[in-house]
Amino acid sequence: MKELLDLYWTFVKIGLVTFGGGYAMLPILERELATKRDWTTLDELRDYFSIGQCTPGVIALNVSTFIGEKRMGIKGALAATTGFLTGPIAIILVIAAFLKNFAQLEVIQHAFAGIRVCVCVLIVQAVRRLWKKSVVDPFTMGLYLAVFALNVFSGRLPVRIPAAALVILSGLSGIAVTMLRNARKADRKGGDAA
Amino acid sequence: MILLQLMLQFAKTGLFSVGGGLATLPFLYEMSDATGWFSHADIADMIAVSESTPGAIGINMSTYAGFRTAGLAGGILASLGLAFPSVVIILIIARILHKFRDSKLVEATFYGLRPASIAMITAAGLNVARIALFDLDAYARTGALTDLFVWKALILAALIFIGQQKLKWHPVAFIALSAVVGILFKF
Repeated sequence: MKELLDLYWTFVKIGLVTFGGGYAMLPILERELATKRDWTTLDELRDYFSIGQCTPGVIALNVSTFIGEKRMGIKGALAATTGFLTGPIAIILVIAAFLKNFAQLEVIQHAFAGIRVCVCVLIVQAVRRLWKKSVVDPFTMGLYLAVFALNVFSGRLPVRIPAAALVILSGLSGIAVTMLRNARKADRKGGDAA
Repeated sequence: MILLQLMLQFAKTGLFSVGGGLATLPFLYEMSDATGWFSHADIADMIAVSESTPGAIGINMSTYAGFRTAGLAGGILASLGLAFPSVVIILIIARILHKFRDSKLVEATFYGLRPASIAMITAAGLNVARIALFDLDAYARTGALTDLFVWKALILAALIFIGQQKLKWHPVAFIALSAVVGILFKF
């Protein structure tokens, strides 16, 4: 029970500081879950983000469910997910009940313009850390550039490609390239034997 | 009854919106037209609120709409409704992953998924940077390159970047500091 509460409370804290759509939460997750506790590793976190992007729902929530499940099964998943939800729900309830013009307050606008700058840097750091083990050869480099370009220029394309389609195609291309390589390797071995 | 409807409507949104955050918007507009629980203006407000509070817009909108329609219980149940489908799906995927963690096929899939995932994170970062570090409006008005950059934001970004390398602070400390700097220097 104490462990479950610890899991819940950890995700309450993470939910309270996840600004900017989930991606900025990566350095925070890494610090709280990989450095301070050994609940997961940076590699695993990155894989959870990859999956969270192509499954339905909010990415940050999906990652919370994953980590909770890994830690303590279904009840862990529920503890982590509800923990992550607690802060945002409480904040919006307060805003909906009392603060009608919250987003228009000048202090709030200035504070969040500042936070956005920090979120940029956090995302840059996350990309730098993840880069090494993900972009490892010309194929992965090409895939990175292609997906990046399709995302950035998505507004100018004649049809909007859903993010999920990009993710699924990338996974399939990973399988295809690996199979091609293995086939070529097998060919070469066969040639040597003959 | 209204509570059940709220949960179902938001569960549907949670099930079909893939890719997080803004992917929920089309569903929210549709729900607004179909149920009248909130207006299009409410959605616009909620985008602004979501940008200035933690949490994703989907969660925020469900809490807001649930509260406006059916009070405290409505706010909580609508949010749980939104989260429910993805929790079930992730639980299933997690089980499969445990089983096939070391399989060649899973490894090959991630070989392609990883660079794509990082590319999307980079693109998301660029989107935030476009608002936080650049002033495209001012640049379009004057055409002067010096107007393209929000200089004080760039300086803050550089300082945070260096600070993160040198100091072993918690990322949250940098977020709090940036909020204070934003208020003091009127970002």
